Amino acid sequence: MALPLLGLCAWCRGALVSRTANRLTVVRGSARCPTAAAAAAARDGRSKSKWMGVVGLEVHAQLCSNSKLFSGSRVQFSAPPNALVSFLDASLPGTLPVLNKHCVEAAVMTGLALNCTINKKSMFDRKHYFYADLPVGYQITQQRCPIAINGNLAYSLYVGRNRNHMIPKLVRIQQIQLEQDSGRSLHDDARSQTLIDLNRAGIGLMEIVMKPDMCCGDEAAAAVRELQLILQTLGTCHGNMAEGQLRVDANVSVHQHGRPYGVRAEVKNINSPRFLARAIDYEIQRQIDILENGGKILNETRAFDYKTGQTISLRDKEGKQDYRFMPEPNLPPLAIFDNETLSSNVNPQQVVNIDHIRELLPELPDAKRKRLVEKYGILAEHSFTLVNEDGLVQFFETVLEQTEANPKKVIGWILNDFLALLKQNNLSVNQSPITPPALAELLTLLEKGFISSSAAKQVFVELWEGEGKSAVQIVEQKELGLIQDHRKLEQICQRVIEDHPSEVSEIQQGNWKVLNKLIGQVQRATHGRAAPTVVKFILEKKLS
Amino acid sequence: MWGWTLREITRAFQEGRISPTELCQRCLSLIRKTAFLNAYITVTEELAMQQATAAEQRLQRGKCFGPLDGVPIAVKDNFSTAGIETTCASNMLKGYIPPFNATVVQRLLDQGAVLMGKTNLDEFAMGSGSIDGIFGPVRNPWGYSEQYRERFAHDQKLEDSNWVIAGGSSGGSAVAVASQTCFASLGSDTGGSTRNPAAHCGIVGFKSSYGLLSRHGLIPLVNSMDVPGIMTRCVDDISTVLGTLAGHDPKDSTTIQDPFEPFELPDEIDVRNLNVGIPKIFLFKGHRSEIESSTEALYAATRHEGFNDAVRGRILAGNYFLLKQNYDNFFVKAQKVRRLIANDFLKVFGSGIDVLLTPTTLSDAFTYHEFIKEDNRTRSAQEDIFTQSVNLAGLPAVTVPTALSERGLPLSIQFIGRAFCDKQLLTIAKWFEQQMNFPHINIQGLLNHYNELHKPHNSVGAI
Repeated sequence: MALPLLGLCAWCRGALVSRTANRLTVVRGSARCPTAAAAAAARDGRSKSKWMGVVGLEVHAQLCSNSKLFSGSRVQFSAPPNALVSFLDASLPGTLPVLNKHCVEAAVMTGLALNCTINKKSMFDRKHYFYADLPVGYQITQQRCPIAINGNLAYSLYVGRNRNHMIPKLVRIQQIQLEQDSGRSLHDDARSQTLIDLNRAGIGLMEIVMKPDMCCGDEAAAAVRELQLILQTLGTCHGNMAEGQLRVDANVSVHQHGRPYGVRAEVKNINSPRFLARAIDYEIQRQIDILENGGKILNETRAFDYKTGQTISLRDKEGKQDYRFMPEPNLPPLAIFDNETLSSNVNPQQVVNIDHIRELLPELPDAKRKRLVEKYGILAEHSFTLVNEDGLVQFFETVLEQTEANPKKVIGWILNDFLALLKQNNLSVNQSPITPPALAELLTLLEKGFISSSAAKQVFVELWEGEGKSAVQIVEQKELGLIQDHRKLEQICQRVIEDHPSEVSEIQQGNWKVLNKLIGQVQRATHGRAAPTVVKFILEKKLS
Repeated sequence: MWGWTLREITRAFQEGRISPTELCQRCLSLIRKTAFLNAYITVTEELAMQQATAAEQRLQRGKCFGPLDGVPIAVKDNFSTAGIETTCASNMLKGYIPPFNATVVQRLLDQGAVLMGKTNLDEFAMGSGSIDGIFGPVRNPWGYSEQYRERFAHDQKLEDSNWVIAGGSSGGSAVAVASQTCFASLGSDTGGSTRNPAAHCGIVGFKSSYGLLSRHGLIPLVNSMDVPGIMTRCVDDISTVLGTLAGHDPKDSTTIQDPFEPFELPDEIDVRNLNVGIPKIFLFKGHRSEIESSTEALYAATRHEGFNDAVRGRILAGNYFLLKQNYDNFFVKAQKVRRLIANDFLKVFGSGIDVLLTPTTLSDAFTYHEFIKEDNRTRSAQEDIFTQSVNLAGLPAVTVPTALSERGLPLSIQFIGRAFCDKQLLTIAKWFEQQMNFPHINIQGLLNHYNELHKPHNSVGAI
């Protein structure tokens, strides 16, 4: 069994070491790994066995392309219903599919980014079923021979109380196949009718199948987030789950260590990585509960109800559906070339060349993270957060270009102050009221000792409120600059010493801790405009 | 005038002997008079006159598009025609008006051809008699000919109920050409649907190599076997029409990319070094004998050994065979048999044979009464015996009228060629045509005979 190395996730290992609660508790933002709960139950003597979750994912990623996979209709989010429907999308008799080259290139690029083998010959099939939003009665997909196989996705799992302990993970990609999206049905219960919008019908999808190498919700969520980042970096898919550009179905089962895999259930209707984690963890626990009570797991499809956090059976089909797969006769096999197999007399515009696409691959998130760590000396988890936020790396690097402040200091401002304000106000980086030059200016002031760090925080907030003033202007107006006049500082220190004789005598008796109180008094007198180190130096000099 | 070839029409236009609008009017009038043949589902009178007028204007300005400019044509009702009802002779598509033209239709119209109307067929092209559409059956004009009356009808009662089928499924298109209401028509050929009715109606029917003609807009029967078929009164006309239709269509991914060179067939043809193959499997005694003979059992057995039914499955059968539990045993096996058949042809053509020769059909056309004694499926299985394998292998084939049978009905010979050697095939067919002296049908005589049958004192009911 290939799983042993990957079987126990970090939570499980953590749980075995420390004590945890008996029951599964869903914690805000994350779920404790249920295998921990099971392990605890085992120690309680409730059951002698240890349950392991087995999670595989089927991801449908909508391709970013101007037109659909087999027809020339435009692809556009939120167009008026049925405004983007060609004769083929409407399934008018006699129409034929014609393959979109850009979609093939996108699939090849995605396959390369996921370390897949690109099949130089792949084929299209019809998958037959009846549904109102599929007017032609079949979906064109790649069941027999998909465009890419046998890849992997490396992702990181952050564990520990502060989520700052990083564990590298790997999930194998079984295959990537090109297929058509269906239209949308809108159920109008009030009038007992279903309305069909075919705008989405025929848009290209990549179905990315991840092998069951994950064991809990956190792993699945982390893998999906990494996939989103990769797809967004490649530009092949926007990856927004809430908008349906990325749809994830989870295949979940449980088994005991050393025993064969259990029956799996499919969970659908998940529209964020967070809900994905919740749904999976709920399902794992549900299955454990059933099995521990002597029941059986049904091979069924379940829907996730995000309001209750539960999965609900969609058992309305009698038995499994036979899709009557057959080769798509109107599309010859798809031939993809590389530099070696491409003959010189072929028009390069007419074919897809794997090597050419490989050259076009951008810097992937993982490589970017490593580069940031190397170049700037920041921590891996900082780099992770940077890359995770759209536009933040560029913001960070632009700030660095314009200031001499140490990157390790800058990163703190970016992640703690800047990012925090963005999140609080639900803004993206490119909606930020603070520009990189503005922040760079502030950090330069701080670096050069013109302001204290607490003053800098004040200025930062002012900048955010955004009245158009620069950091320098704010410092001037609010008189936040550190006092540069050494003699003035000495005078103030002297006055403080004279005003606090009892503290002074204590210090002179050897209790240097009291010095902090004096420093505090100087700060009060200067309204925080005295550099603490300088003040300390002056006071020490005067008192020794 | 009635028997004109395309070349003769062009000459007649240019010499002013007739104008496009006059020709169009005559054809429309003949369509009305031959309505009892039921060849047309939709007659596009207004459109045809508009197109003829435009052609005439071009003619007068000396700006003809080509040999098809101003020529009346007809199109089988499974080709999409923009703004014109396209029914496939089925209730399912009754009232369906496509918003686009099939590519081959568009190419004909771009050449200035004048569309007379949409022709009748077996529903969704499933059949070999053109009797199973919702608009009723198509009748073979030869059933009203002098030749038929003399040799057959004098034995029988003078009744209209013994009318003769046109063959199928493109019966309407074949009759439209045979009855001279147009000079070329489009059919479709999936198992013989163009060649079969062409043979029964005594005209030339051509099935090109698969991939030469675009199927965009042709409502499919079997996507990997369907080919738009061309029907005309002589082989030269086939090559003329083919020249305007063939070539890659970006809307149809199964068309070949190689550029197509339109060709004219030579008038002097030398066949001395030609190797003609006659498939032994098709050689059995009496295949041209009377319908009641016991060779039917022999055919059934022969076909059973030669062909797998799943290949030609109807929708229910198709679904049955695609079920997961059946896929390997039926669908995949059928594809393997198909591959064997295709390889058989390759072997033959690779061994020095230039062209294969077979009859097109088992016999001359049945009367309707005889034909319906067996069901559609059985008849299709029987009637396609000489033609089906050609579609399985994607090869070009052409049927050329040869002689009249004992009953006075047309008999034809089929030639099968190498893939994409359509020109060579048509050249051989033309030579053969030159050797035959196939009689013309007398249209006026046909009309007279029909009117006789339906005179008030003659109490016969039409079917």
